[in-house]
Amino acid sequence: MMRIPLSALIGLTVTAFFFALAVFAPLVAPYGIGEIVGDVWEPMSAQHWLGTDNIGRDLLTRMIYGARTTIFIASAATLLSFTLGTSLALAAVVLGGWVDMALSRFVDLIMTIPTLIFALVVLSVMPASILILIVLMGLLDTTRVYRLARAVAVDINVMDYVEAARLRGEGTRWIVLREILPNALSPLVAELGLRFIFMVLFVSTLSFLGLGITPPETDWGAIVKENKEGLVYGIPAALAPAVAIATLAISVNLVADWVLNRTASLKGGRNA
Amino acid sequence: MRDSVTHSLVDIRGLKIGATVFAPGEKPRDIEIVHGVDLTLEKGKVLGLIGESGAGKSTIGLSTLAYGRGGIKITGGEIFINGEDILKDSTSDLRNLRGRKVTYVSQSAAASFNPSKRLMDQIVESCLSHGLCSRKDAERRAIRLFEKLGLPEPETFGNRYPHQVSGGQLQRAMTAMALCPEPDLVIFDEPTTALDVTTQIDVLASIKEAIRETGVGAIYITHDLAVVAQVSDHIMVLQHGRMVEYGTTDQIINNPCEDYTRALVSIRSTIHDETPSRGQPVLKLENVSARYRGLNFDVVKNVSVEIHPSQTLAVVGESGSGKSTLARVMTGLLPARDGTITFNGDILPTALEDRSKEQLRELQMIYQMADVAMNPRQTIETIIGRPLEFYFGMKGAEKRARVVELLDEIELGEGFLKRYPAELSGGQKQRVCIARALAAKPRLIICDEVTSALDPLVADGILKLLLNLQEIEQVSYLFITHDIATVRAIADMIAVMYQGNVVRYGAKSKVLSPPFDDYTDLLLSSVPDMRLGWLEDVISTRKMDSAGN
Repeated sequence: MMRIPLSALIGLTVTAFFFALAVFAPLVAPYGIGEIVGDVWEPMSAQHWLGTDNIGRDLLTRMIYGARTTIFIASAATLLSFTLGTSLALAAVVLGGWVDMALSRFVDLIMTIPTLIFALVVLSVMPASILILIVLMGLLDTTRVYRLARAVAVDINVMDYVEAARLRGEGTRWIVLREILPNALSPLVAELGLRFIFMVLFVSTLSFLGLGITPPETDWGAIVKENKEGLVYGIPAALAPAVAIATLAISVNLVADWVLNRTASLKGGRNA
Repeated sequence: MRDSVTHSLVDIRGLKIGATVFAPGEKPRDIEIVHGVDLTLEKGKVLGLIGESGAGKSTIGLSTLAYGRGGIKITGGEIFINGEDILKDSTSDLRNLRGRKVTYVSQSAAASFNPSKRLMDQIVESCLSHGLCSRKDAERRAIRLFEKLGLPEPETFGNRYPHQVSGGQLQRAMTAMALCPEPDLVIFDEPTTALDVTTQIDVLASIKEAIRETGVGAIYITHDLAVVAQVSDHIMVLQHGRMVEYGTTDQIINNPCEDYTRALVSIRSTIHDETPSRGQPVLKLENVSARYRGLNFDVVKNVSVEIHPSQTLAVVGESGSGKSTLARVMTGLLPARDGTITFNGDILPTALEDRSKEQLRELQMIYQMADVAMNPRQTIETIIGRPLEFYFGMKGAEKRARVVELLDEIELGEGFLKRYPAELSGGQKQRVCIARALAAKPRLIICDEVTSALDPLVADGILKLLLNLQEIEQVSYLFITHDIATVRAIADMIAVMYQGNVVRYGAKSKVLSPPFDDYTDLLLSSVPDMRLGWLEDVISTRKMDSAGN
């Protein structure tokens, strides 16, 4: 039996809880997503654990459905950016020469444009759909993943074992998948947790600005937006998404830390 | 003044040193690295500490400054410097001790100097910070030391920056730094290990001279018994944090009592009999020249050599002589600019990409740093098994059986199959690299400094293994090294390289016997002999200055 440290256990439990809520939202949510069930901004009670929102919908229900969209978009975008960023970076390093030059300079160019402005411009001309959001966020983040993966891979590429594989006559596939990638994985996994959280924040920001998720769908950013006026009257409804994001961020990174520790061991994760 | 007359300079009793190990994915645990060592040193004497890596020599050396590198703690025993127990000293007493009464010369001077400050500023720094004398006096002292240490233009030498002087000069500048505050004790921690043999000799001679003239006490740490024999009065042999033997230099060299010491003394005595050249050469280089992109001169110039079946050609030279580049040219990593390479009678394409799988298989390579020559994420089975799978299409049980066979040949055995490189010692790693090369059933293996990173006894084992395997597998070696003792042990043919040229080439017996050209003479004479007085003899009879000056 593998020994999991307490911090990782907490992280795993909380993360799993959030993901489970997201997946089974229609089953666990006490009310319907758009159902008006009470007064405006009712305080917490037995019927409404988190109270109600600005038009009297159950806040817990909104949060659960919000988690569904937020987590789905963030996961999909992270997956896209990591797959694309890592493959491009490894290709650039192994092929070298003009491929590397062209890719790297192009990425530099994209990175000079502030992400949020770029996203705002694109979203204001494109129809707002979840797919477009995912692709846009994924592509924008690909640049960052590319930079990290390339930096890591460049170091590995000059190792004698990679040279030994070249001298053996190995093809690019083997060199990338068997020699470089396994050694580049640790820092990438650590980055994965961090980038996932940035994605959550990013999609929330866009929704808060009214460019991400549109009604009747909702996400955490949209919930903040709907309830922000309440803050003036001392109504804490807008803080619920903030707490959710913070909790998710911490727990995901606790898991990432643990995975990083395990993958950093050069004894195949085996404790001597 | 205290009654310092009755005290030894250094008196260490029952010294125990421990450290905490933080392995990734494991709980930190405490280990003991020095297990109760006693040591005394009188004023003006030099004590040599010798042993393999991990013997605790540097740790003991640094403990005389009441200092331990990251995570190291002195856990027991007493250390008296001039009769004062420094382990009981307060921080301010220690500040007074370090850099004033006891100073330290490290292995890598290049990494120890601040690259953005002039040498003089760094050399007088400790005099000034301890308030020993005025800046003017300190500089005068430094210049006197530059003279003693044989540095060029002593008056202005200190105005240079660290990158403007050679490695050997920098090491001497560091010695000047250590001697400048006129300490009672200097710790020399492998001061010549990173230098070429021909440079080492100058540094060694100047350190010895400076010690004699200033009358300072010194602890000289090294893994090379022949080097320490030249400078020290007494020698202490250490192994795994314990003292093995202690005696006068004469006694240790000429009359060692312990088996371990005897092994160290006889280390350079293996000599392999020459195999004559027969048959068609395996590899033949004709007028090969090569340069790196962006350079306007050749790094390898017009080289012609041959390697015959079951023979070893040793390529010898100092760093920068082009010997590793020559290996890169042969492997095709750096395509030759000019000349032809013939392999098994066929012309070998110059670039790696143009060579056939068969040609790649027959020419294998073993690297200097076995640590980075193996993928840390692959098991030994994968590492050795891959060439079998790649070249011969072996799979499953057949492949595993062959891997086990190879593991037996390198004297490791089946238990290593599932291990990762991080779980192996330096010598074991190099053995696995040898097995990986052999797995391809090559005709020629290029060995690039394969023993340089290893402890002498381990290196000796690797050389013997290579010789054995040569007999079994009938393979030829191209052996690149800077170490003449290694060449004597393994070579049949020798090519001496100097600044990209082969200056001397032929059978071992011919190359190593007079008459010598000047460079070969310098190179051969610079290899420390395991006898007293060797240093003086060489310095007085040399024909050519070392390349480092």
